[in-house]
Amino acid sequence: MLRKGIVFLFILISFILQCSVFGSLAFAGIIPNLMVILTSSFGFMRGEKEGLVIGFFCGLLTDIFFGNFLGFYALVLMYIGYLNGKFSRIFYPEDLKLPIALIIVSDLSYGVICYVLMFLLRRRFEFIYYFSHIILPEMLYTIVVTIFLYPLILKVNEKLEAREKRRAQKFV
Amino acid sequence: MSPVLKRRGERFTIPGKYLLLILTILCVLMMLVTFGTDVFNRPLNTIVGYAVVPFQQGIGKVGRWLSNRSEELVQIRMLLEENARLKEEVAALTEENTLLQQDKYELNELRELMSLSEQYGEYHKVGARIIGRDSGNWFSSFLIDKGTEDGLALDMNVIAGGGLVGRITSVGPNWAKVTSIISDNSNVSGMTLSTGDNLMVSGDLKLMADGCITFSQLMDSQNAVVEGDKVVTSDISDKFLPNILIGYINSISRDPNNLTKSGLITPAVDFEHLSEVLVITDMKQSAGE
Repeated sequence: MLRKGIVFLFILISFILQCSVFGSLAFAGIIPNLMVILTSSFGFMRGEKEGLVIGFFCGLLTDIFFGNFLGFYALVLMYIGYLNGKFSRIFYPEDLKLPIALIIVSDLSYGVICYVLMFLLRRRFEFIYYFSHIILPEMLYTIVVTIFLYPLILKVNEKLEAREKRRAQKFV
Repeated sequence: MSPVLKRRGERFTIPGKYLLLILTILCVLMMLVTFGTDVFNRPLNTIVGYAVVPFQQGIGKVGRWLSNRSEELVQIRMLLEENARLKEEVAALTEENTLLQQDKYELNELRELMSLSEQYGEYHKVGARIIGRDSGNWFSSFLIDKGTEDGLALDMNVIAGGGLVGRITSVGPNWAKVTSIISDNSNVSGMTLSTGDNLMVSGDLKLMADGCITFSQLMDSQNAVVEGDKVVTSDISDKFLPNILIGYINSISRDPNNLTKSGLITPAVDFEHLSEVLVITDMKQSAGE
């Protein structure tokens, strides 16, 4: 219950930050993608199921406010969360390389999927332009934010896991 | 034991891949349903309206306060100079205004004589603050802090500083999403004010950084349209009220088909520094009534 509440708060705060504070902190009009950071870090920390559920809700929130129809971002982020969950078996909290690499790949694929489905299909063929002006800067900015946000998520998750372990022992 | 079936005494859980499948189907269904209708939008918009929007309003307030303080410090000196200059301008304008007022009386009288009612009087407007910007980098839309409770509805036009900003594309009880005309998925039917030629104004992500939008399909057989001409919303648009200023023609070139022209428009609105907008509560469909 506590975990659900805290995850919900994480999603809400990240979303609000993303569309208010980061909007005015944007470098060259590019905003980082906190939703991808959240989805993919909970994915590889907690496994496929939690990754996909969190991805679904992150995406749904984006859909409701900024989507043209419901379900698109939810679907994309859900799969990102699920696939990141596949890496939870080789995830160690001490290791920083895997999370960073996964978030880079997640954000790049998020950008490419968005481009293909929302721009390529509307006859915007200049992939190189969009890649170098939108997808790549967003990824770089996202990584910068990850360096600050990820340790926080990791710490909160460790606290929650320790607490859950204690409670489980108490019941046995 | 099947992974889906429940074992006695164990909590029922769905394995990840089944949940993925179920939610995928749900998403696809939602996309199909909401592509044409908005049955889910109303309840969801209401829920998030009460869960998320108050926080956004709070953050927006804090952010505005901070940026106002920092701007104040920078601007005081500039404002003093500007103030002196503006005072001179006010004097000149007052004089001009009285002249124009006289002209207006004359115009009204003449109109009455010609039994022409004013085609569009003053539109009713509602002011709103921007409380959030698009969370992605692909399109340009923003959230405002007024919704159906304040009388807003889908497709209402939004203006700021005398120019067209966009239209409402999604609305909740206390918030609304405005898709701006510089957004890549936005198309506005416009016309040049001087010649009355119709053209299509579309946003373009590539030009967003330069603050430009493109226009196309301008039939200008007499070559009368020149750079600097005003472009306003056209009479034939079904979503936008007529004669709202969109911007000024920046560059113009002939299309390869040799029939139409296309080029760039500089919007009248500074989209980078928008903080308050006006929503016109008259709709195109009911404006004539």
